[in-house]
Amino acid sequence: MRILIEGGRVIDPANNVDDVLDVLIEDRRIAALGPQWPARGGPAPDRVLDARGKVVCPGFVDLHVHLREPGREDMETIATGTRAAARGGFTSVCAMPNTTPVNDNQSVTEFILDRARREGAVNVFPVGAITKGQKGEELAEIGELVGAGCVAISDDGKPVMNAEIMRRALEYASMFAIPVIQHAEDLHMTGTGSMHEGLVSTELGIRGIPAASEAIIVARDILLAELTGSHYHVAHVSTAESIRLIREAKAKGLHVTCEATPHHFAITDEAVRSFSTNTKMSPPLRSSRHVEAVKSALKDGTIDAIATDHAPHTIQDKEVEFDYAANGIIGLETAFGLGMTVLVEGEVLTLNQLIARLTCDPARIFTLPKGTLSEGADADVTILDPTREWVVDVKKFASKSRNSPFHGWKLRGEVLATIVGGKVVWELEG
Amino acid sequence: MGTGLKRKDLLGIRDLSVEEINLILDTAVSMKEIASRDIKKVPTLRGKTIINLFYEPSTRTRTSFEIAGKWMSADVINISTSSSSVVKGESLKDTGLTLQAMHPDVVVIRHPAAGAPQILAGLLRASIINAGDGAHEHPTQALLDLFTIREKRETLAGLKVAIVGDILHSRVARSNMFAMQKMGMQVRVSGPPTMLPRYLDRLGVEVFPRVEPAIADADIIMMLRVQLERMGAGLFPTLREYSKLFGLNLDRLKAAKRDVLIMHPGPINRGVEIAPEVADGPYSLILNQVENGLAIRMALLYLLAGGQAASNN
Repeated sequence: MRILIEGGRVIDPANNVDDVLDVLIEDRRIAALGPQWPARGGPAPDRVLDARGKVVCPGFVDLHVHLREPGREDMETIATGTRAAARGGFTSVCAMPNTTPVNDNQSVTEFILDRARREGAVNVFPVGAITKGQKGEELAEIGELVGAGCVAISDDGKPVMNAEIMRRALEYASMFAIPVIQHAEDLHMTGTGSMHEGLVSTELGIRGIPAASEAIIVARDILLAELTGSHYHVAHVSTAESIRLIREAKAKGLHVTCEATPHHFAITDEAVRSFSTNTKMSPPLRSSRHVEAVKSALKDGTIDAIATDHAPHTIQDKEVEFDYAANGIIGLETAFGLGMTVLVEGEVLTLNQLIARLTCDPARIFTLPKGTLSEGADADVTILDPTREWVVDVKKFASKSRNSPFHGWKLRGEVLATIVGGKVVWELEG
Repeated sequence: MGTGLKRKDLLGIRDLSVEEINLILDTAVSMKEIASRDIKKVPTLRGKTIINLFYEPSTRTRTSFEIAGKWMSADVINISTSSSSVVKGESLKDTGLTLQAMHPDVVVIRHPAAGAPQILAGLLRASIINAGDGAHEHPTQALLDLFTIREKRETLAGLKVAIVGDILHSRVARSNMFAMQKMGMQVRVSGPPTMLPRYLDRLGVEVFPRVEPAIADADIIMMLRVQLERMGAGLFPTLREYSKLFGLNLDRLKAAKRDVLIMHPGPINRGVEIAPEVADGPYSLILNQVENGLAIRMALLYLLAGGQAASNN
């Protein structure tokens, strides 16, 4: 199967490419990039995609997605979650292990990979648990998990509270050179908190979670990363203090990386005044000081990647009192639009930098063979219109869930088509 | 809507304008007169249905809403959720829709989660009155507190109020801070630092980690109840220490102004945040507050639900 993507502005930050080029895909791989095909001969392509005036880039890589299957298929399945990914321009997603049962053993990993092979629209890279049942007490069989296909480990949803266990996890994981991903929060400090501890929580009388709760665990873990020399990755970093610590750790040459979500650069805790449960997640929306720190850190590379933490929830889990609502919002289908509108139009990142934070940077830090359009690379390609305006309508989402605070937002930057392994898995109509 | 408030619900004192607050306080003056009659009955809310939906225990608030409704001839239903289908796990949304199907005119809700009244306000045609939502707001308390102060001091503007206690968890403190500042009063708070939320200074409130300077030249001292549960959470070591450092006893009272007014939303912990002699003493307005709570709630029910009766006829 040959697909020719014609006349698009190819932006491939991994290879320093930003030029109008045709892209030829042959049998699931990038065959060649070059100007003015078909002058170079060869058989006619089976399909030609007209990308004139559009941007062609590597398919996005999301390091942090909750596909909910096995166990909570009422919220999302591997099929629907990967379709949502495709709609958002993502061609690879890392699936978090807080499923039911937890992905702490080979069978669950194999189940996920099998499902993904048969019903997934995009590539799924499972993340295994750090501890058995994510209980934070005993290490999971990390070797088995890696052997079965896990690319990283995490107890995400929860932190590993015990420093000794976290140390041993970092040490043990170094055998496999995989990142240990921490959901950084001190559960004692969080307590029954539902939002960021700041002026807004003081006014609303909602129990707040201080920024220190995240930074304390990041500080502790960086010391452990220093002790063990292992790769430590902070999930969904949200505070200025954590960012400062990570910047210092990187400057010292420690193997520390991190990611941030679109909601942590797009909205602040002011959004919680509405009491909408689509403004409740963990870590919570922070005050503007922290949001500015996230934006600066995305710019200077302290934050390596944009990762959505796509967290589907059923209507009944969210349509309750704020304190009782489940944490989390979906994010796959709004990530690029928010990146363009808030970061690129907001002159925090250039378009190339935004694409890098969504493609080669996440792929590089997790050593995934993705995120580039090099010759011979997997044909995972996203075609975008960075200028096109659209209004977010959650009812049109491919995700099974609707829990997004961005419904009704006017965004600039839309995904037009997504190609995975040389196959067009999603196209915008019209 | 005739003489009523031009709003469906009362969810928070922050939503009210100074004019609306004054309207409620002025209306409460005539309502208070009804309590002194031999026959405590007026037909104002005849044919109206009021449901008190209380997810938390209450003596003052619930009883005064019930009496207020009954004195004005409304049909009043009390639901205490511990004996309702809420114990079977029925959601707030379903509870609201169920009540809606029985056509109440007013639903008064007290709930442990902030924002719960907002949920009902969006779902029901009835007027929703917030009788306390989590640590967020208790607007009728703030109204009766303003009313009580206004009875003793003609002008509210410029008065200094010290609110003492667990401000962090107090909806009474929040509503009063918002209400009093709206009316031009100077608000200060005092309590152990563990119980003082951060950034209060950004709201124009003076913060005192020790109580003596807070009450020194205060016109009004409002004491808040300290809850035993907060002890376990590491917010203070013992009731004994709390009382020693922050309790309003006769000694501390000596340093206050000679005509100081002492208030407390109740229930009081005698001997903890307030000494019995102070609670029962000549400066205490605690029972005035209760009496005025009744008048304020009558005024509110009238202004939200009574106006239509006049305009419908």
